[in-house]
Amino acid sequence: MSNTRLIARLDVKGPNLIKGIHLEGLRIIGSPNEHALSYYEQGIDELIYMDCVASLYGRNSLGELIRKTAENVFIPMTVGGGVRSVEDVANLLRCGADKVAVNTAAVGNPGLVSEIARRFGSQCMVLSIEAKRVAPDRWEVFTDNGRESTGLDVVEWARKGASLGAGEILLTSVDQEGTRKGFDLELVQTVTETVGIPVIASGGMGSAQHAVDVVGTGADAVAMADILHYKRAALADIRNDVSAAGIRVRMYE
Amino acid sequence: MNDIVSVIDYGVGNLFSVQKALEHCGATVRLVSSPEDLKHATKVLLPGVGAFADAMRQLNASGMDEAIKAYVASGAPLFGICLGMQLLLDSSHEFGHSEGLGLIPGTVELITARGLSGQPIKVPHIGWSSLVMPPTRSSWEGTVLETVETRNSAVYFVHSYMAVPSVAEHRVADCQYGDTAVAAVVARDNVCGAQFHPEKSGRVGLSMLRSFVTAR
Repeated sequence: MSNTRLIARLDVKGPNLIKGIHLEGLRIIGSPNEHALSYYEQGIDELIYMDCVASLYGRNSLGELIRKTAENVFIPMTVGGGVRSVEDVANLLRCGADKVAVNTAAVGNPGLVSEIARRFGSQCMVLSIEAKRVAPDRWEVFTDNGRESTGLDVVEWARKGASLGAGEILLTSVDQEGTRKGFDLELVQTVTETVGIPVIASGGMGSAQHAVDVVGTGADAVAMADILHYKRAALADIRNDVSAAGIRVRMYE
Repeated sequence: MNDIVSVIDYGVGNLFSVQKALEHCGATVRLVSSPEDLKHATKVLLPGVGAFADAMRQLNASGMDEAIKAYVASGAPLFGICLGMQLLLDSSHEFGHSEGLGLIPGTVELITARGLSGQPIKVPHIGWSSLVMPPTRSSWEGTVLETVETRNSAVYFVHSYMAVPSVAEHRVADCQYGDTAVAAVVARDNVCGAQFHPEKSGRVGLSMLRSFVTAR
């Protein structure tokens, strides 16, 4: 089996690494490159770069950032935010990205998921879903960093995305994001039971126990941001705690 | 003088990361796309992401397939990565049947691994898995893995198909995926290949690339 992946998620606005709560109220943390390098050196398994305001302004500015990161960070990198076309993907891959995460443009044009998967392979096409709970057992898909509702049901959209060729799902709970109160476990469990592709749980990680809990619901990978950016826990300690709970992770010495 | 590694550019996948990783290991990278370019090459890396048949078509169209075989016949080292590793074998069953470069005997098959209790397992195989020594081997000395320790050997895989060498001795390292031992590193004489991405596998991957770059 593959190990459960521990992923650092870096939300970016312009030249800055930022962090919000419920994807809003963004605070500046520092330099994305410096944080990326530091997490790499501490043994993070993957990086996710998200341009938070890309869709809003209709731009895509992460290429240069990725190019710079790829100079000295040698782990998989997923890039999202403002990816609207096959050409956008080709450009990001040329800059050193391994996968792209698509949300807003996929909702507007589901065919884009298939186009990207056909051209670059499913492994490259990560469907990013921002989910808000709207009933005890129902979640709705949001776009534009949690700002716009779509009326789509998360579970239906996840199933459709997988059938269109998405190779992975980045599942962000807007409700839990930035709260440090743990992942939306029902959400992750419902989606992992529905789709056969890997699911990255995102939003709410405040302690190693939260990671243990969400892996128990079937998540293949755990995205973390706040806990690393604010140095609330060291990656090595998180890894050791998760491992001690019986979850297989990459050992890094 | 730096070691020059010729990286074959045949229109598949992103070469930037491979190039940066090789440079990090002290190599000077030359991107090559015509058979002419391989004539004076002393170290060649064949990267690749995507579909087997498309990749072979590209290599055939430019005459690169024959140039690679001639290069290998000269005895100089060739290193294939991911799809570039799968292309080293005789043929693939991805979307029908396609001929490969035939440098390592065997075929490329869909991963049909089951979990240890028989349940279906996710394909593609994505993520970090540890390298293990196949039963036919007692050490990695003299291979690109000679500086890698088994206890600290997780590397990054992303693939749906796997190489199945027909000669057991050509398997240098495996990784266990569910109930299946997947060939992770294969080698025959001066040809070797890695199913995973050394350029995306942190320190372990870099130490392999360094072995390739600095090998004499």
